[in-house]
Amino acid sequence: MTVYLTRKCEFSASHHYHNPAFTAEENQRVFGKCNNPNGHGHNYTLEVTVKGSVDAITGFVVDLKELKEIMNREVVDAMDHRYLNHEVPEFKAEIPTTENIAIAIWRRLEPKLQVARLHRVRLFEMHDLWVDFYGEA
Amino acid sequence: MKAHLTRRYWFAASHRLHTDKLSEAENRAIYGKCNNPFGHGHNYALEVTVSGQVAPDTGMVYNLPDLDLLVRNEVLERFDHQNLNCIPEFQEIVPTTENLCTAIFNILKRKLDAVHLERVRLEETSQNSFEVLG
Repeated sequence: MTVYLTRKCEFSASHHYHNPAFTAEENQRVFGKCNNPNGHGHNYTLEVTVKGSVDAITGFVVDLKELKEIMNREVVDAMDHRYLNHEVPEFKAEIPTTENIAIAIWRRLEPKLQVARLHRVRLFEMHDLWVDFYGEA
Repeated sequence: MKAHLTRRYWFAASHRLHTDKLSEAENRAIYGKCNNPFGHGHNYALEVTVSGQVAPDTGMVYNLPDLDLLVRNEVLERFDHQNLNCIPEFQEIVPTTENLCTAIFNILKRKLDAVHLERVRLEETSQNSFEVLG
């Protein structure tokens, strides 16, 4: 029987949206206030959901301590109190929208999970705005 | 890459659950306190989820200000601080949250052509919620 397990963590980071292929006017029109070149920040809440069978001996889908360590190492240590555009490699070329951050987090976590499979990355930019990524192409 | 984007909104409205197709006694039996002739109100929380490919040039599934404007004009402006029983959608059907959620889904579905409407979720109170999936 498949069971889904969700672990939450938080990180705070700054970013701005800018596409160098756009003119200054296009950037302003498409991204609005998010185009401010000095950046702005959010308290992000990340929910990582994994799925798998419950181990007959431990009763676990995944060792939560291990999942927490992976999330801390791969996401929080890399992104917390960082300027995403300048300090996180994925966003040298890609715009750090909530969509792209969720995809980057999936790509960081997915290869590190040994037992359970990654089901969903849910990233809240604010309490009223979030993105879900299920690893779909 | 396909992603789902969800935005949460709020509106307040009153309603009365009552249908002329049933007797007074049946209405009271089925709808209980919700059948109070003067109506009652809720703070509704609305979640709208759209899904699609993340555009390579913007990094976005859909332009958020466009979604906000659509929901504001088509839903919030029409339903916020209104008596739902007086709104055209609920002249023939009872404004249960099931019907309200379905009405909001249909309103948004008609207007959203550039992105897929994945889900409308409506909380009537913190203890009950309803979803229509696209």
